[in-house]
Amino acid sequence: MADSKFSGTSSYIATDDLTMAVNAAVTLERPILVKGEPGTGKTQLAIEVAKSLGRPLHEWHIKSTTKAQQGLYEYDAVARLRDSQLGDDRVHNIGNYIVRGKVWEAFESEEQPVLLIDEIDKADIEFPNDLLRELDRMEFYVYETKQLIKARHRPIIVITSNNEKELPDAFLRRCFFHYIKFPDKETMAEIVDVHYPDLKKDLLREALEAFYKVRDVRGLKKKPSTSELLDWIKLLLAEDIPPEVLRGGDSRNAIPPLYGALLKNEQDVHLFEQLVFLDRRTNPQ
Amino acid sequence: MLIPFFYMLREGGMKTSIIELLTLLEAMKKGLAGQSVDDFYYLARTSLVKDEAQLDRFDRIFGAYFKGIDDSLTDLMQEIPEDWLRHQAELMLSEEEREQIEALGGFDALMKALQERLEEQDKRHEGGNRWIGTAGTSPFGAYGYNPEGVRMGQQGSRNRSAVKVWDKRNYRNLDDSIELGTRNIKVALRRLRKFAREGAADQLDLDDTIDKTARNAGLLDIRMVPERHNAVKVLLCLDIGGSMDDHVRICEEMFSAARSEFKHLEYFYFHNFIYESLWKDNRRRHSEKTPTLDIAHKYGSDYKLIFVGDATMSPYEIVYAGGSVEHWNEEPGAVWIKRLLNTYPKAVWLNPEPKQRWDYTPSTKLIQEIMEDRMFPLTIAGLDEAIKALH
Repeated sequence: MADSKFSGTSSYIATDDLTMAVNAAVTLERPILVKGEPGTGKTQLAIEVAKSLGRPLHEWHIKSTTKAQQGLYEYDAVARLRDSQLGDDRVHNIGNYIVRGKVWEAFESEEQPVLLIDEIDKADIEFPNDLLRELDRMEFYVYETKQLIKARHRPIIVITSNNEKELPDAFLRRCFFHYIKFPDKETMAEIVDVHYPDLKKDLLREALEAFYKVRDVRGLKKKPSTSELLDWIKLLLAEDIPPEVLRGGDSRNAIPPLYGALLKNEQDVHLFEQLVFLDRRTNPQ
Repeated sequence: MLIPFFYMLREGGMKTSIIELLTLLEAMKKGLAGQSVDDFYYLARTSLVKDEAQLDRFDRIFGAYFKGIDDSLTDLMQEIPEDWLRHQAELMLSEEEREQIEALGGFDALMKALQERLEEQDKRHEGGNRWIGTAGTSPFGAYGYNPEGVRMGQQGSRNRSAVKVWDKRNYRNLDDSIELGTRNIKVALRRLRKFAREGAADQLDLDDTIDKTARNAGLLDIRMVPERHNAVKVLLCLDIGGSMDDHVRICEEMFSAARSEFKHLEYFYFHNFIYESLWKDNRRRHSEKTPTLDIAHKYGSDYKLIFVGDATMSPYEIVYAGGSVEHWNEEPGAVWIKRLLNTYPKAVWLNPEPKQRWDYTPSTKLIQEIMEDRMFPLTIAGLDEAIKALH
C-alpha cells in the first residue's frame, strides 16, 4: 500500500492533517470519519480519494429512513410471493430474491474499493451500532441463504457526519477521525485557484477579504462556507464585477454585491444589513 | 512507549481507550509517523480524538507532554463556563446588547474594548494567576479565555504544529454545539416511546399477507397497514430566565433531544412559576402570550406534561395571589399548576438543581408536594425515573 498515498488532487486541496488521516485509514484499512461544517468538502473527499488512488467508488447516501440492513441486502419477499402466484421457476431459489446493498457491492469489488457512507448522522440513532461488526470484520451473514459474505478487499470506508446526532463510542473507537476545520485564507486562496485558475489576483484577494468579513459577523445562523464562496466567485465572474467594487472605498460601509449567494437565511441577511447600517451610523465617513 | 502519554490524556479528561492507543501504535509500526513530529501529532490526533470538542484539550495535553512540563493537569480538568460561549453567540442577538454596543460607540469600538480587556487579562496571566480566571461573569468571557494566556509559555516547543493549531484556537467554538451530549438524553427519552399505527395504510404487512394468502388457498391476498409512529405526545414547559441561567446548557440539551425524539411535542416557557399565561417566544413574551386555560383545552389529557425548572423562588410566588415577580397574578400559581395537573394526570417536574440541595429551598419542597413527589433531578438517572413515572 506504500505506493498509493493520498495527497490531494488537482481539484481538491488537502491539508497535511487530512492527508495523514486518510493515509492512516488507507494503511490500516479502518474507516475514517469526517466531520466539519457543511460545505467544506466532506463528501467530495471520498470522491477525490477514489480518483487519486484509482479505485472504484461506491456511494451510500443515508436518509432518516435508512436502515443498516439495507446497506447489506434486502429480501424481496413480495417479488417472491408474486412469482409463486405466477408459477415462475425462479421461486425455488431464494437467492433470486436477495437484493444486494451498497456494502455488499463494495465487498464484492474486484479491487479495493472506496465506500462512502454519506451523512451517517441522518439515520436512526442506533444505525452506527448495527454496522459495528460489518465495519470491523468486514463480513456479514445472509440468513435467508445461509451465506457468509466476506470482503475480498477491505474497502477504504469514508464516513461523513454533520453532527446532527452523536455517534456511539463503540463506533467511534473503530474509526479514524478528522474534523475538517474551516480553511484559513492561504488554503482558501489555493482552493479557489484550483477551481478558477484564471481569476485575477486582486479580485481574489478582495473577494476573500469580503468573504471572511461576512463569516466573522457574530450571530449568523449559517456561516457561508467554501462551496458558497465558490458559487459567489462564479457569480462575480459572470457579472464581471471589478475588484474595486468589493473594496468599496472604506471597506466597512459596503454590503458586498450579490451577497445572496453567501447568506442563505433571511434572518442572517437582516442581521447583516442591520450591522452594516449600525456601523455606518456610528462611524460616519 | 506512549503509555505515560496515554494516562496523561485520560487524567486530562479525554475518553481515549486502549483500542485507540493500539491503533496508534499499529500505525506507527507501519511507518506512518516516521518523518516528523508534525506527522506524529496529526496521526495521534486522528487516532485518539473522536470528538471535535476534545480537540483543543488534546492539543494542550500533547503540548504539555512533549514539552515535558507537568503543568497542572487540574487546570485541564476545569470546564470552561458555558455562559462565556453562550454570550459570545448572543452578542449580536439580543436587543439590550445591541443597545450596549451603540452605547459603547459601535461595533468597532466594542471590539477595541474587548481587545483591551484581552490584553489586560493576558498580563494578569503572565503574573501567574489561574488562566481560567475571574472573567467568568463577564459577557466577554469567551474572549477572556485567551490563547496566549492559556499557552503558559508553550511557544517554542518542539512540537510546532500543536502550538500552531492551539494558538489559532480553531476548536474552541465547537464546544457550545448544543447537540453534543444529547445522545444519553435521547436514549433515556426513547423509553417513553409508544408505537402506534395511525394514518393511511401504506405498508405491506408481510405476516398478515402470508397468513391470509395461505387461508385463501394460495391466492394472493395483500394486506396493508399504516406505518408505525411514535405516538407519545409531550407538553414541555420550560422555566426561563433568572436563576435558570446556570442551567441553560442542560435545558438546551434536553430540549434539543426532546425535539428530535417526539413528533408531537409542544413547548411553552414560563418565568419561575406557572400562572394564567405561558409563551412560546421569549423575545415576544409580553406581546404573545397563550392563556394557560387555552393550553389545557387545546391539548388532550393524553399529553404527558413535563416541567423543567429549578423550583427556586420565594414561596409567595407559589401560594399567594400577586406573588409573581413579573406581573400581578389574580390567582396564586399553585391554583394554576393544579388545574394543569388535573388535566394531565401524567406529569413530572425535572429540576436541574442537584437533589441534595432541594431540602434547603422551601419553594422546592412546596412544589414537590404539589407534584406529589414527582420531581426528579435533570440527570440521566433522574430522567429515567421520570420516564417511569410518566408511563
